[in-house]
Amino acid sequence: MTAAAEGSPPLRATRSRGGPLLQSEQAQGMALISPTFLYALVLLAVPILVVIAHSFWTQNYLTIDRTFTLENYRVTLTEPIYRDLLFRSLYISLVVSFVTVILAYPIAYFISFHGGSRKNLWLFLITIPFWTSYLLRVMSWKVILGYGGVLNSGLMGLGVIDEPSTAFLYNTTAVIITLTHAWAAFAILPIFVSLEKVDRTLLEAATDLGDGPIRRFLRITLPLSMPGVISALMIVMIPTVGDYVTPRLVGGKDGVMIANAIQAQFGKASNWPLGAALSVTTMVIVTAMAGITVFILRWAARRAR
Amino acid sequence: MTAVRRLLTNWLPVYAALYIGFLYLPILLLPVFSFNTSAIPKFPLTGLTLKWYESLPNTPALLDAAWNSLVVGVAASIVSTMLGICAARAMTRYRFAGQRAVSGLIMAPLVLPEIIVAVSLLLVLLQLGLSLSLFTVVLGHVLICVPYSVTVLISGFEGFDRSLEEASADLGETAFGTFRRVTLPMVAPAIISSLLVSFTISLDEFIMAFFLTGTDPTLPVYIWGQLRFAAKLPGVLALGTLLLVGSFILLTFAEIMRRRATRRTQNAGGAFV
Repeated sequence: MTAAAEGSPPLRATRSRGGPLLQSEQAQGMALISPTFLYALVLLAVPILVVIAHSFWTQNYLTIDRTFTLENYRVTLTEPIYRDLLFRSLYISLVVSFVTVILAYPIAYFISFHGGSRKNLWLFLITIPFWTSYLLRVMSWKVILGYGGVLNSGLMGLGVIDEPSTAFLYNTTAVIITLTHAWAAFAILPIFVSLEKVDRTLLEAATDLGDGPIRRFLRITLPLSMPGVISALMIVMIPTVGDYVTPRLVGGKDGVMIANAIQAQFGKASNWPLGAALSVTTMVIVTAMAGITVFILRWAARRAR
Repeated sequence: MTAVRRLLTNWLPVYAALYIGFLYLPILLLPVFSFNTSAIPKFPLTGLTLKWYESLPNTPALLDAAWNSLVVGVAASIVSTMLGICAARAMTRYRFAGQRAVSGLIMAPLVLPEIIVAVSLLLVLLQLGLSLSLFTVVLGHVLICVPYSVTVLISGFEGFDRSLEEASADLGETAFGTFRRVTLPMVAPAIISSLLVSFTISLDEFIMAFFLTGTDPTLPVYIWGQLRFAAKLPGVLALGTLLLVGSFILLTFAEIMRRRATRRTQNAGGAFV
């Protein structure tokens, strides 16, 4: 081995080219990831810090007054309009994340336990709708739920209702249905991954020891797939709180969410600090809500065992 | 007990079929109404027509938007895949302190409300005095696409047999030569898959483009503008159908590539996501 190494000078050249600094695994790894890291640092971390800074400043017509103030947060938390929007957004994201995960779990279970050799095909089938134009998917729900829409004409055709109902579109429920549809794939995949990791021999052992399918599911499969359920909840809950398109297209007056207010502050109203405070508040509260949800679920899982 | 078991195994496939129906219903309605003669999307259908499709090439604003989206998509997918290669390689090949924090930041756009990422970026770009253009849209799209690129590339890089590279180095190949002649051919399918996935995301991305675009709209921004006019809806549906077919073809190709990558590096299928 040594002889071979000595007999090949290019090898030495290669090994020493990087210098002692790049020899270590640590330095090589960091050097390799640094372009991506810097990109995220400059275009994500720094901008978020800038937004946080702005939230403590004041808009003075075209300029920004950089005196520290909590006025924007006072407005965000006490003005009824923003408080209502925040509550509604949090409520919608909470409901959407739970409904999506509850609807997604059986599908993930089905694919993992009964998918057989077609697992990949099933997963592909589930991800396809998610890849199609988001705007048009939301638009399509508007067509389905609308006054002259598919649901109304379908129900009338079946004789369930006599005249078109306006109850389906332009409200919170329409927003919830649309978002549940939009985020389905994001919930299914993490649950599926954690179900795949469930050791099947544990289930056999439980059967041998006399557990029925329901007990077996509650005592083994469900607890072991909890990490997937929790990450699915987070993946759906946090981004949906800031959804802009769905409330605009199907929400109507009663379905407006906080993102619409944020957009207004950065657009027409042109009050960046207030927009920044709304963004920061939304982020903080949704993170807290996510944290509490995780805590409660973990506590419940421990209690159940 | 057997009755319960039978019920448990039987309701699942039914539920799965219903769920797939729920997932595909809104998507399949787009093509249905795009071939309908009536401008109002409702049942019963009035007749079959191609007129909405025929009007598409005669809309200059649409063609401009499509071209803008193509330019942005190509640029964003190339940059995001290059950044993704660095990150995925570093995450699979090396173990280093701070790795979790660094990859956490890189993957963060996946779990942040998009509007907050978009307005923060907007704020900084405007403060820097940059005028909004397709370039700023690319900057935003790369941020959104990188986590997906990294995910796709990691599944291609994982299980990559390091001894092959070592063998190449032992045989006198330089670091770059090893990368070009050993590593690259092994991971090429994953790279192509990452390019296709990020292109598809960029093509469809709305929020970033909505905030960061200047006077040149991308396709989703153009569609957003059209959605206000009820009369324009069938044209938008026709356009949507074409985009749907395009995305489907790209993604099928991406999936085939990704599976080939997994097979090449691991000699076995079965890794997802």
